[in-house]
Amino acid sequence: MSGGLEAAVQVCRGTLHLEADLRVAPGETVAVVGPNGAGKTTLLRAIAGLEAIDAGRVAVGGRILEEAPAGRFVPPDRRSMGVVFQDHRLFPHLSALDNVAFGLRNRGLGRRAARREAAGWLERVGLGGRAASRPAQLSGGQAQRVALARALAVDPEVLLLDEPLAALDATTRPATRRQLRADLGAHPGVRVLVTHDILDAAAVAHRLVVLEHGRIVQEGTVTELARRPSSRYVADLVGANLYPGRGEGRVVVVEGGFRLTVAEAVVGEVIVRIAPRAVVLSGQRPATSARNAWEARVELLEPAGDRVRVRVGGPLPIVAEVTPAAVTELALAGDARVWVAVKATEVDVDVT
Amino acid sequence: MRGRAPRSRLALAGAAVGGAVLVLPVVGLAWRAPWGALASDLTTPAARTALRLSLVCSGWATVITVATGVPLAWVLARVAFPGRRVVRALVLVPLVLPPVVGGVGLLLAFGRRGLVGRYLSDWFSVSLPFSTAGAALAEAFVALPFLVLTAEAAFRGADRGLEEAARTLGASPWRVFRQVTLPATWPTLAAGVALAWARALGEFGATITFAGNAPGRTTTIPLQVYLLLQSGELDSAIALSLVLLAVSVAVLAGLRQRWLGAL
Repeated sequence: MSGGLEAAVQVCRGTLHLEADLRVAPGETVAVVGPNGAGKTTLLRAIAGLEAIDAGRVAVGGRILEEAPAGRFVPPDRRSMGVVFQDHRLFPHLSALDNVAFGLRNRGLGRRAARREAAGWLERVGLGGRAASRPAQLSGGQAQRVALARALAVDPEVLLLDEPLAALDATTRPATRRQLRADLGAHPGVRVLVTHDILDAAAVAHRLVVLEHGRIVQEGTVTELARRPSSRYVADLVGANLYPGRGEGRVVVVEGGFRLTVAEAVVGEVIVRIAPRAVVLSGQRPATSARNAWEARVELLEPAGDRVRVRVGGPLPIVAEVTPAAVTELALAGDARVWVAVKATEVDVDVT
Repeated sequence: MRGRAPRSRLALAGAAVGGAVLVLPVVGLAWRAPWGALASDLTTPAARTALRLSLVCSGWATVITVATGVPLAWVLARVAFPGRRVVRALVLVPLVLPPVVGGVGLLLAFGRRGLVGRYLSDWFSVSLPFSTAGAALAEAFVALPFLVLTAEAAFRGADRGLEEAARTLGASPWRVFRQVTLPATWPTLAAGVALAWARALGEFGATITFAGNAPGRTTTIPLQVYLLLQSGELDSAIALSLVLLAVSVAVLAGLRQRWLGAL
């Protein structure tokens, strides 16, 4: 493809044998998800040139950056890439402004010009007032945003983010996640994000790539993955029924125009989560307090430990978790008619 | 519980003897020092020459040590080349080699008919033995391990993550060293330089063997002290010894415990 990232690599490091083919077009954000040890960070480092590949090739915009075995190797400082590390890695002896200006100075910009541009980037990520602060004086979220500004300032063709939100606590993550989405939207190149958090991926990426044991096991949007998870890990990852949607007050409109009633009013782009065990199935229309109820059809039954996961199709595909006894009582089987009920208070809404 | 007291008494006794061995010579110097005549003893032409030569030679020795030792330390810390362990062991040689033997080795390498010295002499008319430059070289030889060991430890301990981040931001390895590694390691490096300088200042065996004891050219303070002792001028010898003692104490006090940790 012209423009964009092509990384078809093989990397062997100890017990990890990574073999992956990743293609990302300019303007696209891809999230690489997977369990610990799957090779996500190794893949990212290989693309950045921090790890040499054992076989394959890395190319950006048609320009070959690395080819193995016995091919060229463009060192990391000559690839046009920006990397945001999990532990921000801001230079402790420089102020936030000088950190952001660092890459610009390396390109030959004078100190004043570099600082001026750096100040602009800090403003863009909302940290203009913290330009003179040292990294030690910044909070985790602020440090991460400075790290992002620092990577964006060099105008990279490829932006790589390694678990950018992992080091943040649960209360600051949603706000930083929203900020990240806005900042990434402004970057015109290729964006690859590594994360183990499905919310990060769903909020920020166009497409997910699932890596397990060094191999890509599935690719697609969150919805596609949720509909047809190809492995236990993917099923667990999206197992909490996930639906991107838009809030309109007390109602959230998700895929296909389906309207879910939620407990607290919300407006804007959101991601809805419904835990499978909060989904109630019954043989006829339920007369309960649940605000969300609809008629549907059983698609598939899957044993999961001492529970049974019931995959339900219909206006809103959803997965319910019930006891084996319930399966028998309701005579649940493939193609059976059921009524689905979910309380409004069980619908988790995350604003993205 | 019962056996503890006798064991600790033995340790205390040993410690007292060890402490005495270390402290008594210094006490002896201070006790016997000609405090009143110190000023005149240190301003004789011979003493002034010795002081000047010591500063010049140790200064140049430090420059040579830093120029060769820092790159060597960096390569040892960062580049995995075959034979790395051998090189690291070789760096330690001047630490354990008797300095006089080191001087003999220097003669065989850099003397007028030595391995390298013959070319220096034939092609450039440069003769290192029995010269001020030779004294500086001898001092550099013994001082190098101090700098290399300290610097290598500093580079090993530097944050590789920060260096990687700098690489991704377009910094060449040299820029990474200058702008990320150095700012983080300079205190330890400074300690290594101070130690190397102090060692160079105090060198005797290699200097007298390779550079000889020519007044005005190679009579650094230690060599001058030796000369004075030989000719029976004890007071002048003690006066100059005090200078070196004062420098040593000042360097150690200035470095403080945490920077000496690398050794």
